[in-house]
Amino acid sequence: MTNWSMVVDLDKCVACQGCSIACRFENNTPVVSPEEAALGRSILWNDVLPMPINPTEDIGEYPHSRRRYLTRPCMHCENPPCVKVCPVQATYRDEEGIVRQNYDRCIGCRFCTVACPYGVRYFNWETPSWSPEMARHLSPERVVGQGSLEGPAVRPKGVVEKCTFCIHRLQKARARAESEEREFRAEEYTPACVQTCTAKARFFGDMDDVTATASILASSPRAFRVLEDVGTHPKVIYLQEG
Amino acid sequence: MLKADQKDKDKLIKPLFETGRTYWVTIAILLAIIGWALYMYYRQLTLGMKVTGMQRPVYWGVYMVNFIFFIGISHAGTLISAILRVTGAEWRRPITRVAEAITAFALIVGSLQIIIDMGRPDRLLSVILNGRLQSPILWDVLSVTAYFLGSITYLYLPVIPDAALLRDNLPPYSPAWRKRLYSIMALGWRGNRTQWIRLEKAIAVMAVLIIPIAVSVHTIISWILATTVQPGWHSTIFGPYFVVGAIFSGIGALFIAMTIVRWKLKLEEYITEKQYNNLGLIFITMSAVWMYFTYAEHMIITAGQEVYEFPVLTSKLWGDYAVSFWVMVALMVVSFWIMVIPRLISKTAKRFLVFQPRFTTGAVLLAVVTGYYLVTDSTIPGLSGINPETLFFLVRGSLLVELLFVGLGVAKWFKTRLVAATTVAGVMVVIGMWLERWNIIIPTMTHPYLVSWAEYHPTITEVALTAGSVALFIFMFLVFFKLFPIISIWEVAEGRVIDAERAKVTIPMPEASGIKERLRGKGIRKARG
Repeated sequence: MTNWSMVVDLDKCVACQGCSIACRFENNTPVVSPEEAALGRSILWNDVLPMPINPTEDIGEYPHSRRRYLTRPCMHCENPPCVKVCPVQATYRDEEGIVRQNYDRCIGCRFCTVACPYGVRYFNWETPSWSPEMARHLSPERVVGQGSLEGPAVRPKGVVEKCTFCIHRLQKARARAESEEREFRAEEYTPACVQTCTAKARFFGDMDDVTATASILASSPRAFRVLEDVGTHPKVIYLQEG
Repeated sequence: MLKADQKDKDKLIKPLFETGRTYWVTIAILLAIIGWALYMYYRQLTLGMKVTGMQRPVYWGVYMVNFIFFIGISHAGTLISAILRVTGAEWRRPITRVAEAITAFALIVGSLQIIIDMGRPDRLLSVILNGRLQSPILWDVLSVTAYFLGSITYLYLPVIPDAALLRDNLPPYSPAWRKRLYSIMALGWRGNRTQWIRLEKAIAVMAVLIIPIAVSVHTIISWILATTVQPGWHSTIFGPYFVVGAIFSGIGALFIAMTIVRWKLKLEEYITEKQYNNLGLIFITMSAVWMYFTYAEHMIITAGQEVYEFPVLTSKLWGDYAVSFWVMVALMVVSFWIMVIPRLISKTAKRFLVFQPRFTTGAVLLAVVTGYYLVTDSTIPGLSGINPETLFFLVRGSLLVELLFVGLGVAKWFKTRLVAATTVAGVMVVIGMWLERWNIIIPTMTHPYLVSWAEYHPTITEVALTAGSVALFIFMFLVFFKLFPIISIWEVAEGRVIDAERAKVTIPMPEASGIKERLRGKGIRKARG
């Protein structure tokens, strides 16, 4: 069984936010007005955060300040607090370790958004909207099943959404392999943020495959995880700067 | 034919059929507020939750505060009246129905908050169809539903004999539908021996069953917060802390309701100082336990100073939430003071200067002046030579002493006004407990781990829906008590029989000891030497 995960080398990351933009276009995240954005209602499945994001530690005075950046997709935790609290199983962890979100079942109680310590979950405060030019370029991709609607499908208002590691790309890659009657290889599946990364700081792959690049990098002495102490067992691994 | 006592007929049955203008005006005002809230809710449904002040990371706001608050209020009734029934506290009789009605209606309004808070209320049924028992929300759905069904049953059972009494004692001018209503509600009650035994058994079973359910309800509500890892919520103390707070705010709400019905329907003979005094003692206990929990919770965070948890606390102590936090503390301390201190000072206290009105007036004036200097931070004439640090403590210290004297004077005034003191304390605690829920939810929401700290300001939609919820609560209360007597007639009548029986007990005391006079002073008249 595959166990998808991501490694981010912070030494290479230039904080260009290309990942955030690639994600936005890949996954049809709605655009909000500047006023709404000022209220913190913009939706960025992959965000680039200044660290520390809050004044919990001293970063010094300019020009001797130590400002760092952290690019943050969903951690796809092995012990996901969001999945534990969902009353209707609208969010769940599939057998390949991806924490998924079903827009057709979510009741909008926002317990998962409250429970997630990484802030990776976003709520649709209004019906998603795009300017006519942007609306023409919405991705038609979607992941549909019996009573489920996932992936980049345009969300209704009042539901929660989150990073899915571009789950539709996995399904497409599998389908292609099947139609060409050959075995599916892990390298065929890459999320948009990994594909677009300017500095090639992101690595994606099957953690159960010890020969995969991501898997090898994960055993680096520089490897760490964000908020390791809250017991979520995050799966996205970062490589420390310097 | 069941017969009602003439006094009960005049005081309890008559008001059900005679409605004054104040009643209709109140109903109209309440309906107007509810209508406004409905319109605002319709707006929220069509425009989305963006009309609220909620945002990222404050995903839960006033609706959640209201939810916990109303479910807390609901502990007034059933739990209190059940505990008092189980322990055989005779004085409970006149207040059980008010308490039980508060429970039922607060539960309805409380559960409504969750539906208001949902992004997709149209998928409500999904909670049952696709429910995951591992989620604390499902635990809540189960325990609140059980509590609601239990409370409704527990409210209804003692209504049966009263409905029969009403059926048989309707005034001639009452409309026909009322006769039908009471006949149905009475379930063919004729008051025979078998029926009484069954009723008593059913009430006794319900009273015992309801206590663990009530405890579970607020424990589980606290677990919604405590099962997450958010800073400030992940605490083992939350279960008992919330239960105590719930009972505390419930008694506060009960005091307000008791005083209003007592005053409006002139029920001084039914709801006496005894009810206020005894319930007041439970209230004081709850207040003390609540303060202990609050102190323990904040003290541990202070000592730990964890990176993420400590900012939540400091935002309460001197940050964005300092006002709501210190107002809450002040309300709790003052309500505790006016409940406890008047009980401690003696009747002859006015001999001492500090208890005299002119002294209190002086202290009030001084406190106002000191407070003015403290707030405006202006220089005090004649004290400019003192170094600022000494002045800092001097001003605050003297304000504290002045307030202490004001408190003593107020306590003396409340000494002879038990009902007033209790009601004021009730109002304070209801407001204070709403603020407590606010202080638990909002500071944690605004200080998450990996999202930048935020501010939260409720919008007019949230204000409207809060006002509408309170109005709905009062509305249901008023309508219910237009249909059913506010005091359980049969229970009070039963209490009278028991009292009369107890009064015949002979106390073996020689007349010369003056025991008769002493007992008379305590309201016991029939003691025979």
